[in-house]
Amino acid sequence: MTQVQQEPAADGSIVLCPDGPILVRGNFELVTPSGDPVPRQRKTVALCRCGASAIKPYCDGTHKMVRFRTEADATPSKKETV
Amino acid sequence: MKIPEPRGPISDGLFGLLAGEPGADPTAQDTLHRLVTGTLPVVGDVIEDGDVQLALFCLYELHYGGLDGVDDRWEWNPGLIALRQLLEEPFEQALRSAARLSAGPPGLAPAGDLDSDAVAEVLFGLAARDSGPGMSGHVAKKATLQQLREFLIHKSIYQLKEADPHTWAIPRLAGRAKAALVEIQADEYGGGRPDRMHSALFARTMRGLGLDDSYGGYVDAVPAISLASVNMMSLFGLNRRLRGAIAGHLAIYEMTSSRPNQLYGNGFRRHGFDAGVTGYFDEHVEADAVHEQIAGRDLAGGLVEAEPALLPDVLFGATAVLAIDARLTMHIMGAWENGSSSLRSPLPAAA
Ligand code: FES
Ligand SMILES: [Fe+2]
Ligand SMILES: [Fe+2]
Repeated sequence: MTQVQQEPAADGSIVLCPDGPILVRGNFELVTPSGDPVPRQRKTVALCRCGASAIKPYCDGTHKMVRFRTEADATPSKKETV
Repeated sequence: MKIPEPRGPISDGLFGLLAGEPGADPTAQDTLHRLVTGTLPVVGDVIEDGDVQLALFCLYELHYGGLDGVDDRWEWNPGLIALRQLLEEPFEQALRSAARLSAGPPGLAPAGDLDSDAVAEVLFGLAARDSGPGMSGHVAKKATLQQLREFLIHKSIYQLKEADPHTWAIPRLAGRAKAALVEIQADEYGGGRPDRMHSALFARTMRGLGLDDSYGGYVDAVPAISLASVNMMSLFGLNRRLRGAIAGHLAIYEMTSSRPNQLYGNGFRRHGFDAGVTGYFDEHVEADAVHEQIAGRDLAGGLVEAEPALLPDVLFGATAVLAIDARLTMHIMGAWENGSSSLRSPLPAAA
């Protein structure tokens, strides 16, 4: 019964949310630079990329109050890639 | 849930009917139907009418955990469903006009087909207009212990069954929107750990302040507007045609949550409560920063991409939350500013 499983192309996803955090879902480990696990309560997490969160590395929505804007080229619109 | 005290002839008639067996007393059922038909046109504001809101709340309750001593077969009794629809119709109309008012000047309702990023942007824009400190600022800085207890009591009507009304939508959605809703709900229900369920975290907070954490324990204590805010979710969740509205509702709920919950937690910490009590709020700071992204883009946005005709209802659900929450906040803060209780009768002082 132990066949080699054909893995899907990606085992998770990293979503660059416009003007917001980085959403990470799938199987991964979140660790400190020395390799210790970062306490984690949920499967899918939002990582702060505006730098203003009070609960880093997680996002706490503060990006909305500091009017964080992501670079236009980090989130290319679908129309541009035709 | 135990049956509350009636607040007028409709809820009184309903509880009388529910005491018997379904179908056992067709005359009483007819009488109640006629009473409702006759009463509704003279009700000034359905949203603030305690009798209507309590009757609706208990009719919906038959689909959730049920009412103590009431035969479970009442849930799908055709006469009772007809009664619910009689009450739902003016309620939905009132919500639609309240939502239109709070949506403000047109120009917000975008034309053409929106992709999911654009839907999320519109919703985040709506949520941002609701940024006044209001309740959360007061709770953080000024609320007395008694006011914190009242605050929890208003919230308990929903939070002790947190997430349940939105769960009704899961089988009504497909694809990306469905996967998004399931992902959010799994988190709301504790990711497989019953003690991490948001309703369980809230119950723990209530116990920490010496409150009764049994579901529906404070229904008698809260005003009509508190019941209306929960009935709105049941209306959206239980009617498949309103699946756009329940998606918009959840998106705005999540988008207006992280910061207020941080402030709520501060208010309880200010009174010396520890992480056992603030855990519910702390959890929502982090969780809803995740949920708002998924709810805005994948749930609401994914739904509109799949069914563009649902955009107006998504926006209806979103603005209805803002309108009703603003009225609830006004009621509570208004009472507190007058030095009175925001409940129907004041709580006994904390032990
Ligand atoms: S990205 Fe959300 S708080 Fe920084
Ligand atoms: Fe929650
Ligand atoms: Fe949430």
